[in-house]
Amino acid sequence: MANPYSKAFLTGLYRQLWTIRAFETRCIQLYRQGLIRGYLHPYLGQEAIAVGVCAALGPQDYLTSTHRGHGHCIARGADLRRMTAEITGKQAGYCQGRGGSMHIADMSQGNLGANGIVGGGTAIGVGAALSARMQGKDSVCAVFTSDGGVMNGTFGESLNLAAAWDLPVLFVIENNQYAVSLPVREATREPELYKRAAGYGVEGRRINGNHVLEVYETAAEYVRRCRAGEGPFVIEALTYRHAGHHVNDPGTYMPEDQKEHYRKMDPCLLGRQFLIELGGASCEEVAAIEADVQQAMDDAVEFARQSPETTIEDFLEQIGGDQ
Amino acid sequence: MSATPPHDLRARHSSHRGRVQYRTALNEALAEEMRRDPKVFVLGEGIGERGGSYKVTQGLRAEFGAGRVIDTPLAEASFTGVGIGAALTGMRPVVEILFIDFTMLVMDQIVNQAAKVRFMTGNQARVPLVLRTQGGAGNGLAAQHSQSLEALFYHIPGLKVVMPSTPADAKGLLKASIRDDSPVIFIEHKLLYLTEGPVPAVEDYMIPLGKGDIKRTGRDVTLIAWSNMVPRSLAAADKLAAEGIEAEVVDPRTLVPLDEELILASVRKTEHVVIVQEAVRRGGVASDLASIIQAKAFDYLDGPIEIVAGLNTPIPFNLALESACVPQEADIIRAVRRVLGRNACL
Repeated sequence: MANPYSKAFLTGLYRQLWTIRAFETRCIQLYRQGLIRGYLHPYLGQEAIAVGVCAALGPQDYLTSTHRGHGHCIARGADLRRMTAEITGKQAGYCQGRGGSMHIADMSQGNLGANGIVGGGTAIGVGAALSARMQGKDSVCAVFTSDGGVMNGTFGESLNLAAAWDLPVLFVIENNQYAVSLPVREATREPELYKRAAGYGVEGRRINGNHVLEVYETAAEYVRRCRAGEGPFVIEALTYRHAGHHVNDPGTYMPEDQKEHYRKMDPCLLGRQFLIELGGASCEEVAAIEADVQQAMDDAVEFARQSPETTIEDFLEQIGGDQ
Repeated sequence: MSATPPHDLRARHSSHRGRVQYRTALNEALAEEMRRDPKVFVLGEGIGERGGSYKVTQGLRAEFGAGRVIDTPLAEASFTGVGIGAALTGMRPVVEILFIDFTMLVMDQIVNQAAKVRFMTGNQARVPLVLRTQGGAGNGLAAQHSQSLEALFYHIPGLKVVMPSTPADAKGLLKASIRDDSPVIFIEHKLLYLTEGPVPAVEDYMIPLGKGDIKRTGRDVTLIAWSNMVPRSLAAADKLAAEGIEAEVVDPRTLVPLDEELILASVRKTEHVVIVQEAVRRGGVASDLASIIQAKAFDYLDGPIEIVAGLNTPIPFNLALESACVPQEADIIRAVRRVLGRNACL
């Protein structure tokens, strides 16, 4: 088979994969140092899903994200400085420190926001697609959810609404196999989650969520078909968290052999392999990308450190006082 | 005649129409806003061809089409979420939830999503969504179709809460709610839909949110009431007038934002307060109004504030039990006599 991918495209994908990896790794460090408070749900191990799906989206498209949403922001092109400032609660953050890790949104890029409620953004994404169609826009909405999120009733309801109204929604189920600590096989009799789509008259597919090109190919096909009026679609991207539910969860319930199995299929390792084998990049070129990302991350952390604190006066003035 | 501007024709027509039903006033508000702004649309259960259970959306499907008058499956949480997503991306949806009791299926979307988005995003996003619903007891609809749940929404920062008591207020407040950039919980009352009253025939009749109304002036006691407790309080006030007691009936119309100054001015005048709330007594809006009044007008009060409210029970089906569970005219009259020390009149 001919290689359809340019070196530039593969470089772009790998840069994003590695940016998410570097961002999450650094955030865990900042959390341990006490610079990030609250909750932090790393996207480590799932990077290929956000990167592959967002590569298939255009500037006019929307996405709704999850509590584990840093990867979606970065893949959608978010500025690391403003992300880091937000996660450290600073005024210069995307949400001026009002949202934090679980609520980063960038309306200017159609990123309608992460969500602290598992399943909370699903219907909102369907609404964005309806709105786009009513306004004559050619937009698709990618709704990121998970094996945990689809167990909530709003998933079935939202999938049904999107199907009944033929809306351009791409539901992306990130099946990392654990809802907090509940294994997906204990949560449902049918752990192949994409099969739910058929019950609503919707086409769905399970793919290897660690394989950025497979994710991209599938998302690109479904986004194209959404624009042609064939939506909605469901992607179940099988993946695995590197560690527990959040940064303070050691994930002792995750079997070692399973972790080891997925470490060998690490999305960044695969992405690097594609860049070298299909893109013809040298090891030095890969190292240069990683160094570049590292520098951007250092810069972002420094920016966040220097950013002014937000104040209650700023907050109240902005929202028009005590509500 | 051809030189007459169309709005004059409409105004003249309206001025001859007499009294308007509450549901018709709501229907006019929706139709006018949908004509004015293509971003306004309505969605809910049975609102299309059927025109809604209380006929508020009658005729809208014929005028605006199925694309803007959207019948939904019975999936309240998700179609409300759809409204939020549409509001975030440039539309101005009016979502209808058939009974306020059903909003309990939607609380995540209302409380965790709609109310919070603007604040969580550092002011990037707006949710200009109106959630129209109706509550209250009075038709033997039993415990799951009769509740008064405004306190739940009143409690949540980020939501506005509107409860019109007359056709004119219904129209003016619904139009203002649709143009507001915040999520608005617009609570109608099932016993008010067929009530009639004058509605100003001016074009774009609107009432700003946060502006209450004196429904009856009086010097002796302030009756604070909203929604269906307004006509009930007015009826009680008429009877009290026969005893020489002049009650002032203050209708805040919007609980959030609240016209505190209107309430306090009346309290300063009458020095006696009765708050009438259909909702259950415990944890209600009335308690909060009482706390505001005692904090800001304590020196004017001639005695304790009286609250007339529903019993702390689910609403029973049996009509006699139902009416015993929510404030009636006689309960209001008794409370007024108590605060004025006129129980001897009994």
